[in-house]
Amino acid sequence: MRGDPRSMELLRPQSAAAAVRMKADHPRAVPLAGGTDFMVAWNAGHLNHRTVLDLSGLDDWKRIRELSGSLWIGALATHATIGEHPAAKRRLPLLVQACAVIGGVAIQNRGTLGGNLANASPAGDTFPPLAVYDAIVHVVSRDGRRTLPVREFFAGVKKTRLGSGELVEAVEVPFLERRPTRRLFRKVGTRAAQALSKTVAAGLLWRGRDRRVRELRFALGSMAPTVRRLAQVEAFVIGKRMTPEMVEEACALLDRDVAPIDDFRSTAEYRLHVSRNLLRSFLEEGQ
Amino acid sequence: MSSKPGVGVNALRREGPEKLCGRARYIDDHSFPGCLHGATLRSSIPHGRIQHISFDPRFPWEECVIATARDIPGGNHVALIEEDQPLLAEGRVRHVMEPILLVAHRSRPRAYEALRHIHVEYEELPPVLSVADALRAQTVLHAPDNVFKSFLIEKGDVAAGLARADLVVAGEYRVPHQEQAYIENNGMAAYVEEDGTVVVLGSLQCPYYVHKALKHIFDLPDDKVRVVQTTTGGGFGGKEEYPSMIAGHAALLALKAKRPVKMIYDRGEDMAATTKRHPAWIKHRTGVMRDGTLVAQDIEVVMDGGAYVTLSPVVLSRGTLHASGPYECPNVRVRSRVVATTTPPNGAFRGFGAPQVLFAAELQMEKVAEELGLDPVVLRRRNVFRVGSVTATGQVLEESVGASTALERCARRSGYARKRAAHARWNRARRPTWRGIGLALCHHGAGFTGSGEAYLSSRAAVSLTRSGEVRVLAASTEIGQGTGTMLAQIVADALRIPCEWVVVETPDTGKVPNSGPTVASRTCMIVGGLMQRAARQLREEVVKRCGSFPRTRAGLRRAGRLLCGKGPPRRFEAEYQTPPEIRWDEAAYRGDAYGVYSYGAVAVDLEVDRLTFEVRLNEVTAVSDIGKAINPRLVEGQIMGGTAQALGYALFENVVYENGFMTNCQLTNYIIPTALDTPPLRVEIVEKPYSRGPGGAKGVGELPMDVPAPAVAAAIRQATGHWIDVLPILPERILEAHLHGSAPRQR
Amino acid sequence: MVRLRVNGKGRSFAGPPFKRLIDVLREDFGLTGTKEGCGEGECGACTVLLDGRPTNSCLIPVAQAAGRRVETVESLGKPERLSPLQQSFLTEGGAQCGICTPGMLMTAWSWIRAGGSADEGAIRNLLAGNLCRCTGYQHIVNAVVQAVKARRRRGRSR
Repeated sequence: MRGDPRSMELLRPQSAAAAVRMKADHPRAVPLAGGTDFMVAWNAGHLNHRTVLDLSGLDDWKRIRELSGSLWIGALATHATIGEHPAAKRRLPLLVQACAVIGGVAIQNRGTLGGNLANASPAGDTFPPLAVYDAIVHVVSRDGRRTLPVREFFAGVKKTRLGSGELVEAVEVPFLERRPTRRLFRKVGTRAAQALSKTVAAGLLWRGRDRRVRELRFALGSMAPTVRRLAQVEAFVIGKRMTPEMVEEACALLDRDVAPIDDFRSTAEYRLHVSRNLLRSFLEEGQ
Repeated sequence: MSSKPGVGVNALRREGPEKLCGRARYIDDHSFPGCLHGATLRSSIPHGRIQHISFDPRFPWEECVIATARDIPGGNHVALIEEDQPLLAEGRVRHVMEPILLVAHRSRPRAYEALRHIHVEYEELPPVLSVADALRAQTVLHAPDNVFKSFLIEKGDVAAGLARADLVVAGEYRVPHQEQAYIENNGMAAYVEEDGTVVVLGSLQCPYYVHKALKHIFDLPDDKVRVVQTTTGGGFGGKEEYPSMIAGHAALLALKAKRPVKMIYDRGEDMAATTKRHPAWIKHRTGVMRDGTLVAQDIEVVMDGGAYVTLSPVVLSRGTLHASGPYECPNVRVRSRVVATTTPPNGAFRGFGAPQVLFAAELQMEKVAEELGLDPVVLRRRNVFRVGSVTATGQVLEESVGASTALERCARRSGYARKRAAHARWNRARRPTWRGIGLALCHHGAGFTGSGEAYLSSRAAVSLTRSGEVRVLAASTEIGQGTGTMLAQIVADALRIPCEWVVVETPDTGKVPNSGPTVASRTCMIVGGLMQRAARQLREEVVKRCGSFPRTRAGLRRAGRLLCGKGPPRRFEAEYQTPPEIRWDEAAYRGDAYGVYSYGAVAVDLEVDRLTFEVRLNEVTAVSDIGKAINPRLVEGQIMGGTAQALGYALFENVVYENGFMTNCQLTNYIIPTALDTPPLRVEIVEKPYSRGPGGAKGVGELPMDVPAPAVAAAIRQATGHWIDVLPILPERILEAHLHGSAPRQR
Repeated sequence: MVRLRVNGKGRSFAGPPFKRLIDVLREDFGLTGTKEGCGEGECGACTVLLDGRPTNSCLIPVAQAAGRRVETVESLGKPERLSPLQQSFLTEGGAQCGICTPGMLMTAWSWIRAGGSADEGAIRNLLAGNLCRCTGYQHIVNAVVQAVKARRRRGRSR
């Protein structure tokens, strides 16, 4: 255990206003929410002598509220409380499924959605569901508020588009206007639980009575520096019947929107092949 | 609650209540007033000469105590088989993470912080990072040819056997490093008493190994070194030899600092720096007749020992002796070698060479069965060891051979034949998964190989105190397997008293005799056997003096007073004697390699997802002949635990080395099975008693590790149609086989 | 000063607010039952209940536990008076080396106390964040199943 508690400066705002003020005054301060990412690095001795902005006192940011067309999830809501929320279970099942497979129960009880977003791991399990739900990230700073679609929030591996004085206040996830014909969340991890993903997929499909695709939304995590919506595939399938030939053509387009790598968890070949299988299975008719 | 005396009953784990209440004290739970925390500066390169070590002048070094090789009073080596491994590198480093110097500080994080302020300059030398490099011997690490040890076993005439065979099947297999991943990291505490006695306490399996190592390091006699085992959170072999190193470090700092020192590794350091299972490459050529009778086995084994000898010769030995599997074959040749590379030394891990070679042997049997068109159970039945069989070293198996019982019961209990057919039908249809069931069989020699037990000449004792307390005295450690409970049961059984009346002394070299290391599946059979003899001696003496052995505590107290008078406890000790029927020729490597073998059969039923190639284990059945279960629940627990570790070896656990460093040295990235990955485990115990084992007991600790992996591979073959000859069988490897059809390339 | 409730008692800690909860429990409050196995939140040996929920105490600066309720293994029972869950573990063989046991017990206890089911699959999922290297999990799962059933039989309907 290499973290040195005496080397740390701890700031503990009790209000959002205090938080953004402190963030502005201490641009190098590291925001701390549930600690499931921060403390791992701290335990390894990589974050000694830092100033930490502990947001855990901001009770307001823990709240999850059902609005008329969306779910407002405070940045400090834990994955466990999101997964238990009745409106989330009813209206955002892909997000709930993702919350249930992040780490294990103990991680879900501490890890927060905002903290997870700000950490911007390419493997974030909730990011593909947030991407297909077209979630909106609400950001706050001393200069005011702004919003970003979740897909524009991530800039690269562990990089976000947050400015130096900005904090994530909430994630607003719009409810779907029409029920999808089919939906999918699937995480392919290094083991059945308590695992990092090799690829993680979320999908929503709307088909008309004529069996032509009205709309497809499909997102993959761990397949690029950031979560990716498969824009080319989504565009290609509109108006088409998903015959085996069309499905193969659609799957071939998957490669264009992702950039998987070899690492000690998996290989690019595996990630690509499996992601294609997941997409194919999702698009195929007759299931 | 008083239990019936005896063996074969589920006496409750005696230290269970303390463990369950969080009161059992592991080394980091002990505090020592004025204690410093130690940290180790380690090599960052695989091979080189240390040119210069500089200390950043801005760091407050006056707060630290530093120890280097120059501070070692005795010899700078960790005594084991050879004296080649330094306690602290002096001049030359031969692997990444090799210890160079030690720092102690009042604050644990500051001790680690100090390491960042020390800079080492190296002259880099060519690394030797693969077995192929080692064998080329362009860089010589171990003169003359980088081979630490080699063995040759020959029975009959293997060339003639292959020539007369109806069919010859060839196979090549590769198994990786495996990390023990005990949940308690290595840890030690040390202090030096006023009279110069070095005292070490910590997480360990073999107090006398540490004792011996410390005597050499500090140049001290027996009674000036004391080693005490604290509650140990798992070992699996990973705390067989490594503790000598960390104990030496803690003690050296304690000597220099004149204060107690604690060294507790964190997970990353433990994984990257300490010993692992030897990786191995195994080649088979098997000659069979049409009816499945084995006529020739030609086997080659190469293992990677890492930078120093440590226990490699013994791992290789056990591997060599198990390489041909539990089958009788008239012509066998096994050629084995273990080589040096510039990687962290490999060492003991449950199974100790056998899981490696048995993966190959059993998967080879599956291939032979398939090529012959024979059911795999039928092929095994045709060749399996029975009483009277002759092994590859010419040993006649005189008794206690439960191999075929284990095989038949496992096949039946797992529904092997029925599932094999059902899965074949399932796989022909268009389904979301492929299914398979695989089976494997093994033997595992109990106790030290060959003349090893004679060399150890272990001693164990029972004492009766003045107040009538019966004490078990052995250096055998409780590391989760139930040693204390089992030894108490054996003694209680011999004395016909409840086992609650028996006290088990802490393995403290100041208090217990050297009953040998807690390894090699020997603790019950060998040490339990000694304990039984010692207890019988006590019983005889009491009966002689009192007329009968007491049945009450008051009676025991009277007996104690009678035997001890006003003096110290009366001690009854037994020393190991090689049974006269065991004959082993070390030079020729022929004869009775082990007193007896345990046998196991495992069936694995699994499913492979057709979209993701992920493997889901549905059920695992293990049937084990262990001679006699002194405590069936503890035995079952051992079989289940070893099976789960082997399933990890088979499917998840991959040690990734880059330039001689384990890059995935975190539990986040070194994947061991969770409760959700491990299926229901069905265990059945078979008892074919061994006349020399207490109650008939043989060995159980390592057996369960031996063949779940080939059973998995056999099931994968049925499920996917692919032979995966490499472990772990990751989904990536299954996909590779699926796409490219050939042997997977190395990752 | 950080004030929190530990095993039903008010406690306070005056040291560095960033000291981890696991270290405060072990070093300052004398509760060494909670263990550290990895420092990464992977093994779960450090599991304590925070406001009734299992959490990894190796990942929590004590300041974040201010005003909260912490329960450790020491709250379950004593060797001479084991809780029913601990007794189940003892009779089923759920503890071997014992290092994962405190964390395992706390996770299981939170489930049982909240009226969790006896379904083996759900229990395996619950315990997936508590790694064990000794038992292969079967005896642990059996112990938890047994404890759930025993609790129901004793008339604790939830």
